[in-house]
Amino acid sequence: MDRRGFLKTSLVVGAAALSSNETNAQETRDPEEFVGILVDTTRCIGCRACEVACGEEHDLLVPDVLNDGALEEHRKTSVKQWTLVNKYETEKGNVFVKRQCMHCYQAACATACPTEAMKKTEQGPVTWNGNKCIGCRYCMVSCPFEMPKFEYNEWNPKLQKCTMCFERLEEGQKPACVEACPTDTLMFGTRVKNLEISRHRIYSHPDEYVHHIYGEHEVGGTGYIYLSAVPFEQLGFRTDLGDIPYPEYTKEFLYAVPMVLFGVPAFLLGLNALADNGKPVPEGEFELEFDPENEGESDE
Amino acid sequence: MNKDVAITGSFGNFFRFVIQEMKPRGPWLTPFNIISIPVILVGIAILCFRFVYGLGSVTNLSQESPWGLWMGFDVVTGVALAGGAYVITFVVYVMKVDKYHAIVRVTVLNGLLAYCFYGAALLFDIGRPWNAANPYIGNNFGFSSVLFLICWHFLLYMVAEFVEFSPVIAEWLHWEKAKKILKKLTLGTVVLGITLSILHQSGLGALFLMAKPKIHPLWWSQFIPILFFVSSIYGGLAMIIFEGTISHRVFKLLIPPNHHHHFNDIVFGLAKGAAITMFVYYFFKALLFIHDKQWDMLNDGWGLWFLVEVLGFVLVPALMFAFGFKHRSLNIIKIAAVMALIGIILNRLNVSVIAFNWYADVHYFPTWQEIVVTLMVIFSEIWVFRWFVTRLPVFDSDH
Repeated sequence: MDRRGFLKTSLVVGAAALSSNETNAQETRDPEEFVGILVDTTRCIGCRACEVACGEEHDLLVPDVLNDGALEEHRKTSVKQWTLVNKYETEKGNVFVKRQCMHCYQAACATACPTEAMKKTEQGPVTWNGNKCIGCRYCMVSCPFEMPKFEYNEWNPKLQKCTMCFERLEEGQKPACVEACPTDTLMFGTRVKNLEISRHRIYSHPDEYVHHIYGEHEVGGTGYIYLSAVPFEQLGFRTDLGDIPYPEYTKEFLYAVPMVLFGVPAFLLGLNALADNGKPVPEGEFELEFDPENEGESDE
Repeated sequence: MNKDVAITGSFGNFFRFVIQEMKPRGPWLTPFNIISIPVILVGIAILCFRFVYGLGSVTNLSQESPWGLWMGFDVVTGVALAGGAYVITFVVYVMKVDKYHAIVRVTVLNGLLAYCFYGAALLFDIGRPWNAANPYIGNNFGFSSVLFLICWHFLLYMVAEFVEFSPVIAEWLHWEKAKKILKKLTLGTVVLGITLSILHQSGLGALFLMAKPKIHPLWWSQFIPILFFVSSIYGGLAMIIFEGTISHRVFKLLIPPNHHHHFNDIVFGLAKGAAITMFVYYFFKALLFIHDKQWDMLNDGWGLWFLVEVLGFVLVPALMFAFGFKHRSLNIIKIAAVMALIGIILNRLNVSVIAFNWYADVHYFPTWQEIVVTLMVIFSEIWVFRWFVTRLPVFDSDH
């Protein structure tokens, strides 16, 4: 083989692989365009109209909010319920908190997905595509909020989680839960605008809010952001997730891949050329004979 | 059994030859068969159940523990233990160390079968296996995904190992010309195979980088990929010692007599290599532990469990390998190999299953069905391995 030609090709392909990674990073969509939802927990009365609206919109469980007593326990979203409201007893009385997929700005689940079935759409919601999904559940392993839920008892399982009513957004409507909320706890809009509203509320009522917007910086920023009157730990939020976007954790490894892919073979072939066990290498025959007396092939 | 029918060139004869080779040989009612046949049958029944009623009907997987024994042991652990193939091909073909030539074929066969069977095991575990080709075809490439990388590397590595092993198949079929051509591909595929192995051994660790908030801090580190890679080297070496010791007993008659003595010499070499890699790994673990100031974490059960893994099943077997090498004690080396294997299993299961969601109230524990299916995978691999070594010239070295 012509080594120079081989090296040249390796360098060109390697450079192409590297540069394509860089362009990917630059292609991140304009964050001002991402839509999201602001949840002001000081306004929520725990009526659970959002749960009902979500269940009806997506053919999921429609809870009997008056009689099921579900607020007595801290529930988690499930394959039958994409969103729900939990009650927390805090230093400032009962606080109700809506839970659902956070629609991260740089979503761990979408980064983890080997087939782009989980996808951060250009509008902002994170959606799931069953035609692409292989059911590996790596999205569940990666999601810091444990939001994708897997149908373990189906032969043809789906990943279930809030889609921010992506179909409704396409038709120019608001998400079902936002529309159903009677107290304006939920506010739909671009993430940037929601952050401005949140800051405005904190500045104008400095005693009514903790001065922190959950989701502004957490895991690099989320589509859903929260306001609260009490520290977020008291509302069952994880405050140890850090501000680094989760894709950053694997980025370095993935960037190293093209270098290893081209650097290691070069290194190995170099080592092989240097390695000398004192035996003559037959022309065109890479493999050395273990038994020097068997010369049937080494003679050529 | 007349092998020469294969060379007559007629397709009918070739077909008859292959059919003949498929037939079982040797006694049927061996202890291994008596144990493995029922396990494999029950495993198949469990899998039928799983494909009708879903993963939840036979596993203890949950929304909090999406990966269990099948992923954690069959795939994450199994691949680490199959690391011997890339280490030995590196030593023999790249570094041209003839001493280990005698074990190349059997080690590559082990690696090839391991990957085939873990690939198959992955199909039971993923929820929508009919989409399994998606990472390889069409517009479904998740370039940012570590798992996407691993999918491709599994496939390419299987091809590379098959090419590395193919001269043995050509020899079995008496295709002398094909054998000569295939042997010329060896160095190229070995180099490719080593590169792919470095990437997917470390990639299996990189899978867990984004699970940072869920894995106990004693096991999560940004250097998991490097830890997984380094430990796969000694995991593979320990597996060769373990598997070779058993093979030399079970397949005694198939192995040329001069090999038995030679194999002991190989084991001493492998033990030395394993000892050095284990010390490097242990040093790295200690460095991370001190650097992250994790002393307080040793005070509870998790800390104790961590010490059991790192001291009991890394440092102790490393010392035993070194001692066994120095004092030429095969027995100590064999015990060390088993301990090193347990250490790898502990480490991989700790990262992927045991210390995953360590703070949860309800912990994942595999069901008996998950264990049976895991045993099924291992036993069927041994069946195929046995078929290969009793028919193909796997243990021959003078090729």
